[in-house]
Amino acid sequence: MSIVDTPERRQLRELTRAFVTREVLPHLDEWERAGEVPRALHATAAKLGLLGIGFPESVGGSGGDLLDSILVTEELIRSGGSSGLVAALFTHGIALPHMVAAAGARSGGSLGGRLGGGSTPGGDDLIERYVRPTLAGTTIGALAITEPDGGSDVAGIRTTARRDGDHYVVNGSKTYITSGHRADFVTTAVCTEFPGSGELTLLVIDKGTPGFTVGRRLEKLGWHCSDTAELSFVDVRVPVANRIGAENTGFLAIMQHFAAERLSLATQAYATAQRCVELAVRWCRDRETFGRPLVSRQLVRHRLAEMHTRTEAARSYVHEVAARVAAGEPVVTEVAMAKNIAVAACDHVVDQALQLHGGFGYLRDAEVERHYRDARILGIGGGTTEIMNEIIAKGMGL
Amino acid sequence: MNIVVLVKQVPDSGADRNLRNDDNTVDRGSANNVINEMDEYAIEEALKIKEAHGGEVTILTMGPDRATESIRKALSMGPDKAVHVVDDALHGSCAVATSKVLAAALGQLNADLVICGAESTDGRVQVMPHMIAERLGVAALTGARKLTVDGGTLTVERQTEEGYEVITAATPAVVSVWDTINEPRYPSFKGIMAAKKKPVQTLSLADLGVAPTEVGFDGATSAVVEHSKRPPRSGGAKITDEGEGGVKLVEFLATEKFV
Repeated sequence: MSIVDTPERRQLRELTRAFVTREVLPHLDEWERAGEVPRALHATAAKLGLLGIGFPESVGGSGGDLLDSILVTEELIRSGGSSGLVAALFTHGIALPHMVAAAGARSGGSLGGRLGGGSTPGGDDLIERYVRPTLAGTTIGALAITEPDGGSDVAGIRTTARRDGDHYVVNGSKTYITSGHRADFVTTAVCTEFPGSGELTLLVIDKGTPGFTVGRRLEKLGWHCSDTAELSFVDVRVPVANRIGAENTGFLAIMQHFAAERLSLATQAYATAQRCVELAVRWCRDRETFGRPLVSRQLVRHRLAEMHTRTEAARSYVHEVAARVAAGEPVVTEVAMAKNIAVAACDHVVDQALQLHGGFGYLRDAEVERHYRDARILGIGGGTTEIMNEIIAKGMGL
Repeated sequence: MNIVVLVKQVPDSGADRNLRNDDNTVDRGSANNVINEMDEYAIEEALKIKEAHGGEVTILTMGPDRATESIRKALSMGPDKAVHVVDDALHGSCAVATSKVLAAALGQLNADLVICGAESTDGRVQVMPHMIAERLGVAALTGARKLTVDGGTLTVERQTEEGYEVITAATPAVVSVWDTINEPRYPSFKGIMAAKKKPVQTLSLADLGVAPTEVGFDGATSAVVEHSKRPPRSGGAKITDEGEGGVKLVEFLATEKFV
């Protein structure tokens, strides 16, 4: 029994599984090779209401809360998808919440809602222009924070925005931007004072704006179906109407929405582990060596038991923290711990699962090989394991 | 158009299914219970007709308390409301008695069109649409692979072994459908959440004016007296490839008339 186990959530799980079985599994290998997922997939997911989960209906979402979002993420992976697929298809989960919060819409999900901050003149306009079409699956958004010189140092952002009449003039560059290659717009963190001042503002920048160029698609260890790009801004004129919330509220907005992103990554981690335990168990039952199935060996059974135990502990803790976040508790430290626990479980499990698969596990044909590569980013993205430890240490008063 | 779709909860045909040892009825307690697959096509067809011509879609289910979950699932696809006939005395009912109960419920629902799956994956007798139509005194258009509605006229392509027949009838009528008729939609997340709030009326035998003695084991016109599991499959033919494996495989397929 789990906190995400209600009749409606069981049905949501079935819906997600049906979506993966029919719409994803026949094509995932092809998308992995192509380096991106097709736009049509966004439209299909939107039609089923999967894309809008965690966003209120008033902005074009499907309703539902953080736990519903987590359940969908979990099932997307458990039924044969991948964390790369989640990254590619649900990038709006990090690109849109700031707009939703700034418009004053109540988000049941993780994301917005509790940012406070009343509505701003541009807020509803951004909802119509960016949030609705993205949740409808017709446009794709990305979130651009990280810079070539920066990494997790959000306060040190050097991309600048100088006010010039009704526009900002943006200069700088961003990197490791998920869905950046396909994105129609990018929610971009800029510095409106001097570079590195930490006074951040979020601007929505359209693809095609003069001076905004998207670099080559970055090649990665894993997450092959999720496109990643480098972005460059040279004297890009962005209308003031594209500002999210007030000037210099960006840092707080980014920090508040990190909780949801980190819980999503934690979910991807334990779900990848769950999937790999299932794959490993299946393999060890079927695979015979020296005349009997692998699973008949005590060493193998114990290894599977250890993998399962770590996975279940991680899942249980992530669910508990998610429930507290959904209830509005300020649990920044716990979110950081949830991410690290889930990532540690995942790292252990994908490694052991591949080992148990032997030579086959090293082949592209083996699903476990993809999870092994995909999993490596989970302790890096959304704040590294080391950054999480800094947060945890601070929470301990150290 | 007022459409009623008959939905039956059945044990998942993809999983292990059993009859109970005490009374030879379907063991629902140990099974994973789901909507009868063919009924999802009936629901889809009803929703398409509603979308094209307006009206209301009602789900009608006869079954134990636990059928509620299947009713909610059916509602999450889009129907407006449901009626659940539930009564302890119904346990053990035969097809004839079941048709009596469903016809009595339909008598209260004033349907222009009743749609159901051509068969259920547990009983597989395919007689329910005919029996209900007979009791209601309306036409039975069974085994449809296509259904067209034009005002009060229904036209179906009735699938047969050799091809299909085109038959028409005026409403009200009962139509049963095969899985060739459409592709059922997924329930959307919105549909799942909305289904929680849709009205589900429960009716007892007393509400329908049917006596307990007319249904269940007492009223059954047939009884299952004993049952046993089909013996497990034997090993089948194994062909060892010694250079002529392909030929032997084709010979086997030809003998079995697959090629």
